[in-house]
Amino acid sequence: MSKTRDVLFDPIFNKNPIGLQILGICSALAVTSKLETVVVMCLAVTFVLVGSNVSISLIRKQVPDSIRIIAEITIIATLVIIVDQFLKAYAFAISKQLSVFVGLIITNCIVLGRAEAFAMKNSPGLSALDGIGNGLGYSVVLLIVAFFRELLGAGKLLGFTLLPSINDGGWYMPNGLMLLPPSAFFIIGLLIWGLRTWKTDQAEEEN
Amino acid sequence: MEHYLSLLVKSIFIENMALAFFLGMCTFLAVSKKVDTAIGLGVAVVVVQTITVPINNLIYQYLLKENALSWLGVEGTDLTFIGLICYIGVIAAMVQVLEMFLDRHVPALYNALGIFLPLITVNCAILGGSLFMVERDYGFGESIVFGFGSGAGWALALTALAGIREKMKYADAPKGLRGLGLTFMIAGLMAMAFMAFSGIQL
Repeated sequence: MSKTRDVLFDPIFNKNPIGLQILGICSALAVTSKLETVVVMCLAVTFVLVGSNVSISLIRKQVPDSIRIIAEITIIATLVIIVDQFLKAYAFAISKQLSVFVGLIITNCIVLGRAEAFAMKNSPGLSALDGIGNGLGYSVVLLIVAFFRELLGAGKLLGFTLLPSINDGGWYMPNGLMLLPPSAFFIIGLLIWGLRTWKTDQAEEEN
Repeated sequence: MEHYLSLLVKSIFIENMALAFFLGMCTFLAVSKKVDTAIGLGVAVVVVQTITVPINNLIYQYLLKENALSWLGVEGTDLTFIGLICYIGVIAAMVQVLEMFLDRHVPALYNALGIFLPLITVNCAILGGSLFMVERDYGFGESIVFGFGSGAGWALALTALAGIREKMKYADAPKGLRGLGLTFMIAGLMAMAFMAFSGIQL
């Protein structure tokens, strides 16, 4: 029982894919200027992660070692195409905003990394939980980053105005830097600092 | 000619793959500890990018695009939805071919690149290059220039970050910030510096 719990919850703080494993960072930086796109992105990544973990775990005994990477990539690419087509059909505006980043879930290292490190060695049930856990760990970081970027950059959350900006007759002076890409680096850097101050065993000794 | 030149400058500096679009970040942060390895990986990325983007361009133009199969006498086809799987297939295959070619003919470079060569398959900058090529509808000539430029821009950013990180050994940063946290901050500052290029009109 405790193993099941570890598999599900470890990736959130103890082994966070972005904070510790350095996986899946590209999309974490690029899509986080608005909370809405992030929610869609997190759902998409979690779906692909669970789907690929389960299917790779199911075929792990049939696939020869030498061609496993290409088999994994094919499975992942198929799942991503499903997500991409689904978004184009039901959420076209958001799919436009995410532009190439939906396609780039294929090369999101979280998906391939978990497939290699976990799904190849464990049963489908555990792999599904691992997929959900890592999806959650990824989502937590992205949601925090997007929360600060949208709130401080535009004074809004999910499109609702929380801090009325000066341009609209309010008092808040929006911080334009927060809408620009580099701010994501700083927020994630600070997050990692916070996480490693809290969980000191994750700190690196030398550069 | 001038058009190609401005596309080259644009893809290297203004639309830098790593610092403006954040592609290939995982390797960008993980492999930037030493300048030597950074240069090796950078060269490999430039080579793979210059080959795969034009090939994917041909596939897109003559097989996948709407009505692209008309040269075969087949009308009304639209295979763009299987694009993703084709592009990643081409990339995986090209990396494999390049690996075998280098192993056979340029063993020195092969040994220098080592593990990084297969890792390029999952470098988002490579797939991203092909996807941008499709999204912006580049021609064949443009895609060669864009492939080379985007690869070179990524390599440049990687080498620069590695240079800074080598010096960071002497910095006395707070314990939790050392390593990854600080690297993020440096990359953020570099991205801000590269934003200065975005004012250039070509």
